[in-house]
Amino acid sequence: MSAEAKPVIELANVHKIYDTGAIRVHALRGVSLRVDRGEFVAIMGASGSGKSTLMNLIGCLDHPTRGAYHLDGIDVSQLSKDHRADIRNRKIGFVFQGFNLLSRTSAIENVELPLIYAGVPVTERHRRSRQALAAVGLAQKENSHPNQLSGGQQQRVAIARALVNHPSLLLADEPTGNLDSRTSVEIMELFQLLNRNTGNTVVLVTHEPDIAQFAKRIVVMKDGRVILDQPVRQRRDARVELASSLYEKPLEVTLS
Amino acid sequence: MILDLIRIALRALARNKVRSALTMLGIIIGVASVIAMVSLGQGAQQQVQSQIAGMGTNLLVVMAGSQKSGGFRGGLGTSTTLTPEDVEAVLREAPAVAAATPTVSTAVPLVFGNQNWTTRAEGANAGYLSIRARAVASGEFFTETDVRTAARVAVIGQTVANQLFPGLNPVGQIIRVRNLPFRVVGVLVAKGQSQFGQDQDDTLVMPYTTVMKKLLATTYIPSASFSAVSASATNEAQKEITGILRRRHNIRPGQDDDFTVRNLTDVAETAEQASKVMTMLLGGIAAVSLLVGGIGIMNIMLVSVTERTREIGIRMAVGARSRHVQYQFLIESVVLGLTGGLLGILIGVGASFVLSRVFQWPQLISTTAVFGSAVFSMAIGVFFGYYPARKAAGLDPIEALRFE
Repeated sequence: MSAEAKPVIELANVHKIYDTGAIRVHALRGVSLRVDRGEFVAIMGASGSGKSTLMNLIGCLDHPTRGAYHLDGIDVSQLSKDHRADIRNRKIGFVFQGFNLLSRTSAIENVELPLIYAGVPVTERHRRSRQALAAVGLAQKENSHPNQLSGGQQQRVAIARALVNHPSLLLADEPTGNLDSRTSVEIMELFQLLNRNTGNTVVLVTHEPDIAQFAKRIVVMKDGRVILDQPVRQRRDARVELASSLYEKPLEVTLS
Repeated sequence: MILDLIRIALRALARNKVRSALTMLGIIIGVASVIAMVSLGQGAQQQVQSQIAGMGTNLLVVMAGSQKSGGFRGGLGTSTTLTPEDVEAVLREAPAVAAATPTVSTAVPLVFGNQNWTTRAEGANAGYLSIRARAVASGEFFTETDVRTAARVAVIGQTVANQLFPGLNPVGQIIRVRNLPFRVVGVLVAKGQSQFGQDQDDTLVMPYTTVMKKLLATTYIPSASFSAVSASATNEAQKEITGILRRRHNIRPGQDDDFTVRNLTDVAETAEQASKVMTMLLGGIAAVSLLVGGIGIMNIMLVSVTERTREIGIRMAVGARSRHVQYQFLIESVVLGLTGGLLGILIGVGASFVLSRVFQWPQLISTTAVFGSAVFSMAIGVFFGYYPARKAAGLDPIEALRFE
């Protein structure tokens, strides 16, 4: 099997049980999921459906109680905490709902954070961080601090940070949850662009059906199981929608 | 990587300048007070030592014993058994004795022109200067020849010079001592008061032979001074002197000595010991404040870890290993400790400089205290930073990211 043919994510009958002593929560009850390179998958589900647990597992922030998880062909189900940190560093780019940028730290320094822990030398770090910022359209803002940027811009910095290590997987957890509708579409445009042009594999966790419509495939979770896994029928195209003035241009606010 | 972690830590400290400064203040005060206190104590110690050394170098004093006639016992120095020959014999035979002089003194009236003054005439040999740690300011000291011939020459102290020769150079002048003419050959360097409040410059030194033959007409001496070859040899010297004198005085085993040996090094050691204890006590109290400073660092680091839980979560999510987070916080606390330590050294050295001026003590910056505090403040950073750093490194990234 060549590297190209390997799925990015391969979950086989994964269980996750939280045992806090008093209560046992069976958060995942046998999830199997395969995501191939270049896919754009939206994971949906109500709160308590297990989608956050699934995201934590896919993101190697946690490990399954039972079952196997192969990320990029590597069995990561039983790795140690430090090994999971290395896998996150090399294979996964996170985008969070609350942006999770370091405050009082410039955009470029936020972007280069994963490269520090990857041991990339300073000059190379700067070059790649600039490149990543340019890719999300923020080449001019590299020295701005998060509090000088709009929500959309902050999320773009976070996406640049997620991209800077050329990860196998972009994992976005409610990336538009804190944004207004137009900015949400703009961010989704960026994800669609990255998916289409650079072939990034994107997994998007959301509870908003209209945001999930930007993906190519929808996986619906309920009570710790996958209850629906199907391609998106009427897929939304963010670029077309933005051009069609469906969304009013926001007031021009200059942030300095 | 480690350079990046240092940079991250420095950046974090720079963001909270006031807090960092206040945290360091505990260490600054602690280190400064350790250095100032130890320097102060050592200055006092040095002061005591130099006062004792001023009494004479490794000095041993032999006093002739009391004279017994029937049941009556006279005071020390009244026995007639100690002679200049004993002193010579000791100097010849005792390897631990470097110099020796018979000492004999008597109160004498002095006259020069229309001035007069009464002082103590001290008889000694030419070794007087080295044994008593004194020096001649002008003119010269009398010679061995003067001692042999019982010459009528005298070296006077500064007080005597001031009393008899106001505005004149005393060297070469003739004074009358108990109506005998004496030539003044030199003036001693002023030494001030002794530890016992005696004016050491109110004196007239002349050959002991002159005092014995011309002034007192005696053949025995009441006392003698000896100088041991080194400070550590004083006990050895004391034993040798005792042995030689007992033999020369035909004292049988079991019989009491007819003399007393006083070892001034014992006195010096006691005084030095006292000031050493004082130094340790002062340093110990100051070290407690250093410890309190360290606890201050731990306190602030714990607050900082809690405050920055989300930051820790972000760092972990993008691939920081536990030890990266641990080192980052450990470096912060070490930097706090070390910077505080260095500032404390500067302030401590400055303070001990001022204190030594105020007390007019020799300025002694203890290098042990300086290097010790530098190393210790860094160790405090590591010790008190370890627990908060472990706490940060042990955080679960999922929980940390969720932290508000």
